Amino acid sequence: MSEMTRKRNPKAPRQTLPVLAPEERIKSSAEVALGFELEQALIEARRCLDCKNPTCVDACPLHIDIKAFIRPMVEGDFGAAFEVLAEQTPFPGVCGRVCQHELFCEKVCLLGKKLEPVAIGSLERFVADYNLQTQPCLNAPNLKPQGPKIALVGSGPACLIAANDLVRNGYRATVFEALHELGGVLAYGIPNFRLPRAILNREIERLQKMGVEFVTDFIVGKTATLEELFEEGYEAVFVGTGAGLPHFMGIPGENLIGVYTANEFLTRINLMHANEFPAVDTPVRVGKHVVVIGGGNSAMDAARWGRRFGSETTILFRRGRAELRARIEEIEHAEEEGVHFEFLAAPVRLFGDETGAVREMECIRMKLGEPDDSGRPSPVPIPGSEYRIPVDTVVAAIGQSPNPTLQRATPELIAKRGKIVVDATGQTSIPLVFAGGDVVRGGATVIQAMQDGRNAAKAIHLALTEKREAEAGKSIEGTLALEGRQ
Amino acid sequence: MNRILKKRELTPEIAWLEVEAPRIAKHWKPGQFIIIRPDKDSERIPLTLVAGDTTRGSIVMVIQALGKTSRVAVGKQEGEFLADVVGPLGEASAVEKVGQVLCVGGGVGVAELLPVAGAFRAAGNYVTALCGARSAAHIILDAELKQAADEVVWATDDGSTGFHGNVVQFMAAWQASRPALPALAHVIGPIPMMRAAANLTREWGVRTFASLNPVMIDGTGMCGGCRVTVGGKVRFACVEGPEFDAHQVDFDELALRTSAYRPQERQALAEHQCKVGLNS
Ligand SMILES: Cc1cc2nc3c(=O)[nH]c(=O)nc-3n(C[C@H](O)[C@H](O)[C@H](O)COP(=O)(O)OP(=O)(O)OC[C@H]3O[C@@H](n4cnc5c(N)ncnc54)[C@H](O)[C@@H]3O)c2cc1C
Ligand SMILES: Cc1cc2nc3c(=O)[nH]c(=O)nc-3n(C[C@H](O)[C@H](O)[C@H](O)COP(=O)(O)OP(=O)(O)OC[C@H]3O[C@@H](n4cnc5c(N)ncnc54)[C@H](O)[C@@H]3O)c2cc1C
Ligand code: SF4
Ligand code: SF4
Ligand code: FES
Repeated sequence: MSEMTRKRNPKAPRQTLPVLAPEERIKSSAEVALGFELEQALIEARRCLDCKNPTCVDACPLHIDIKAFIRPMVEGDFGAAFEVLAEQTPFPGVCGRVCQHELFCEKVCLLGKKLEPVAIGSLERFVADYNLQTQPCLNAPNLKPQGPKIALVGSGPACLIAANDLVRNGYRATVFEALHELGGVLAYGIPNFRLPRAILNREIERLQKMGVEFVTDFIVGKTATLEELFEEGYEAVFVGTGAGLPHFMGIPGENLIGVYTANEFLTRINLMHANEFPAVDTPVRVGKHVVVIGGGNSAMDAARWGRRFGSETTILFRRGRAELRARIEEIEHAEEEGVHFEFLAAPVRLFGDETGAVREMECIRMKLGEPDDSGRPSPVPIPGSEYRIPVDTVVAAIGQSPNPTLQRATPELIAKRGKIVVDATGQTSIPLVFAGGDVVRGGATVIQAMQDGRNAAKAIHLALTEKREAEAGKSIEGTLALEGRQ
Repeated sequence: MNRILKKRELTPEIAWLEVEAPRIAKHWKPGQFIIIRPDKDSERIPLTLVAGDTTRGSIVMVIQALGKTSRVAVGKQEGEFLADVVGPLGEASAVEKVGQVLCVGGGVGVAELLPVAGAFRAAGNYVTALCGARSAAHIILDAELKQAADEVVWATDDGSTGFHGNVVQFMAAWQASRPALPALAHVIGPIPMMRAAANLTREWGVRTFASLNPVMIDGTGMCGGCRVTVGGKVRFACVEGPEFDAHQVDFDELALRTSAYRPQERQALAEHQCKVGLNS
């Protein structure tokens, strides 16, 4: 490589991710965004200014030292870049794909003040993919942790990163997951075409190799109580049970056949692989006309699956395009794939046929009014604007609340409107029980869940260290007292 | 992976499986259920916990071969494994001392009745188990029921033994010969049977619980697929049930919702039988 090409060049255009052609995408569940070509990765890495005070690092909830992993990339040393990255996050492949980086690191990237920000997420992904391609065998060390046992409840991003940080600190971490697969929303919510399972599984496998223990089909609060975990020798617990309790629209006809929550629709497909029926056993009903209600990531995912089943798919959203909450990339991909967006409209009621299957939806047009609690303009129905559309499958993607199972079984675990209450360290109302991620925040993002998991791992380490010191102190006092008596 | 410790074929279609699951055995209560996947690519299907033994660290399930997944489960042999078993799920039966309790079960529901009947009896009630089968050859778990309940009586559709008729007809006839109404009734079985039984006990004015069987996936309250309407309110059967006030349940809706995948179920079963046929 010549000196010329190695030079940083911030003025080069921001590289765009190559993607599958929309007509190809809707034929399968293959990944849509293909990742940078090697040449693109070099150009993009060389756009980074290597800032003295890199704002990007503070904005990343994991405080990934972004310029440090980009630096070897500038030289084309992607292996070294992986080493730097792997020290800081076990999930570059996952985060590089699903992190809402436009809200975090890329939002404040200094290059973005004048030009377009560095495509940090895509660079992160490139480094992970490069490692996967060049090192097909996992070479993670088994850390053989011998320290205190810590239980992690749930296997979503919050618990996974907490487990990573804990084993790296010598703790024996066990992850208990209610479902038969690991990953939380990453496994049952986010489709393969956005996050291939091979990527997710490899990053989870790395944790396994490092010594994290995983137990599936285990519901804390049902299969065992929190108290029993302590009795069995776990010294601290982190609860990352997520926000999986689906909201309903509360309109007539909601229990008709063909009306799904996004959770059920996506679980049937992503977790149970209903798209492969009858090769697998779990079916799903996707009719000719699919209408998805909502404007977040789940809505985009459900609608894009609708297109992959060959259906005419509409996203019905009660506000405008500017108020959509999904990752920008997913909105664009949905549009490219032919998802029809109907803004400023909401469902009023559903009509079924004699078999109980949904056939028609009555909608009402909305206009935007004063801002509401979320700071977004509130949707106001326009009286008399009702209209009907044909529909065979309805997916309600209008939000979730925290999973209540553990809270129900553990009354001493204080929650407010379903969300587990924690103090500044992430500790709940029960000593040595910490919580984070969606079960504390309500529906948030992957990277915020990871931030909570990382902080909890630190807090657990601190709490147990203090406990040990206090115990050691006591036993010294005890010995002194004994000696005094003699 | 959970090992099958013991298998009994109650009828050619119904299997009794004792499966290793020490944690579930420790925690389960009558009325609760589990979700299993017989194989790695199976559907998740709910099954009632019929018994549990903490010393053997095992639980018992009774499965009727209906569609593909249950058929695969029934075909499992001793020493083989179920890919997944998770539980105990749902709420336990509301067991109280009320006096006379009538437990009504039809088909494989008779097995599901077993723990509930036992619990009511243990709580000091006089328990009558009123059970229905297609014919004398289809009667299951009679000996076990006799241990669980004070009185066990059978109706068969063909009259080959006991009362000639279905269980709900039997309920009416049985009550006619009694001096007093039961204090409480508990019904488990096919939806038409539960609906008819609930209608009858409503006429009697007898408080009745039904154990509902909507289609489930996760069983943890995450998907909403198991929702049922009870007293005009949406309830999740997997976490708030499966038992509800039978007089408040919208059985029509439940019947429609459980038929949602009928065409796919037929297809899956047909392909399965085709494959099994080819292999043998
Ligand atoms: C369809 C969809 C798409 C999304 N897309 C994006 C995206 O592109 N980018 C982004 O940043 N965010 C996205 N989000 C949000 C993001 O996925 C969540 O914020 C994040 O997964 C929360 O992580 P968590 O670890 O708190 O919990 P979860 O990922 O929800 O995991 C919780 C896990 O705990 C298990 N569990 C629950 N109760 C128990 C119990 N009692 N015992 C044992 N296990 C239990 C659950 O089964 C689950 O597996 C999306 C969400 C959805 C639903
Ligand atoms: C709480 C509960 C407890 C149950 N206990 C027992 C039991 O102890 N023994 C027993 O034999 N059966 C029991 N069932 C019913 C059992 O789950 C179904 O027979 C089984 O799921 C059929 O699956 P299949 O694939 O073989 O049949 P399919 O051909 O797929 O379906 C046949 C019928 O079974 C029902 N069904 C299908 N899939 C599901 C599902 N995922 N969840 C629930 N129902 C479904 C539907 O009504 C369907 O019409 C119970 C159901 C529930 C909800
Ligand atoms: S994890 Fe997210 S916020 Fe952090 S560097 Fe990666 S893309 Fe940016
Ligand atoms: S702020 Fe932007 S340009 Fe500066 S170091 Fe971070 S990524 Fe590079
Ligand atoms: S089975 Fe999913 S919520 Fe009950």
